[in-house]
Amino acid sequence: MRSSYRTTALVLGGAAGIVGVSFGALAVAAGISPLTACAMSVIVFAGGSQLAATSVLAAGGSPIAAVASGLLLNSRYIAFGFAVAPRFAGVRARERALAAHLLVDESAALALAQRDPTEARGAYRASGLAVFVFWNIGAALGAYGGNALGDANALGLDAASPAAILAMLVPQLDSRRARAAAAIAAVIALAGSLVLPPGLPVLIAATAPVLAMMIPPRRSFLLAAEGAS
Amino acid sequence: VSALAIAVLAVGTYAMRSAGLFAGARAMPPRIATLLALVPAALLAALVTTQVSGGPNGVAVDARLAGIAAAAVALSLRAPFAVVVGAAMLVTALLRLAA
Repeated sequence: MRSSYRTTALVLGGAAGIVGVSFGALAVAAGISPLTACAMSVIVFAGGSQLAATSVLAAGGSPIAAVASGLLLNSRYIAFGFAVAPRFAGVRARERALAAHLLVDESAALALAQRDPTEARGAYRASGLAVFVFWNIGAALGAYGGNALGDANALGLDAASPAAILAMLVPQLDSRRARAAAAIAAVIALAGSLVLPPGLPVLIAATAPVLAMMIPPRRSFLLAAEGAS
Repeated sequence: VSALAIAVLAVGTYAMRSAGLFAGARAMPPRIATLLALVPAALLAALVTTQVSGGPNGVAVDARLAGIAAAAVALSLRAPFAVVVGAAMLVTALLRLAA
């Protein structure tokens, strides 16, 4: 991971760009002007929430419901911010204020995959900027180019993002507690998705570490079947 | 109305992004640090789950599930990142083509 985070950042950026195209096309279809869709992509810069808010509007929902669903989806950034904060210890406030806008799933995941704080910030900036640039280019293409590009899902692009996140998750599963936290979080997220609005299940799943902390760090009869590490 | 809605979404999102980055920079007790070290595993697992199962009515099962399984197989074979992502896309796209 160490020397290849730039490549990873570009791959993640490219994937975000393609989602950006679908956002731009959807926004215009929902009655948002292409310029507004582009401005939204720059100042909100959170794909899931932009898609969520736009689809609520497209489905005839109120602007309040659209904003609420977008904010709910982005509430996970509070947890991501706390998670990456140790990598930004001692960094000037101005730089942190800029870095905050680049906080997306990709930049947080890539930064957390690096143990060294300097490497982590490099990976964070590279992926955050790559996603920012490609996302906005994609959104502009989609907004002004319309639906000429066809269905991105037919190319399996909606599987690219979870696969990329899975690749980042695996190195995190380096302890019994981490594996337990991941398993509990996945169950909470899945169960929550059945009854809660999008975004909220992930936020609730972020509490899984509290439950995982109840597991002793070395031995546990619950997970003894996993074998000694 | 939509400009105001977008502005509220933008400001709210930035506030949530910066909250952790600014408040979290303070020194924290070891127990909290241990807890936070487990947050990435939990959040990433939750994100994979919701991105694979997400649908218009909360949960949907489709070709993405086979795609993520292909990614898991590629990961267990220690394949490079691009191969893992490529395998997921290829399997998902092929299944949709066949359907």
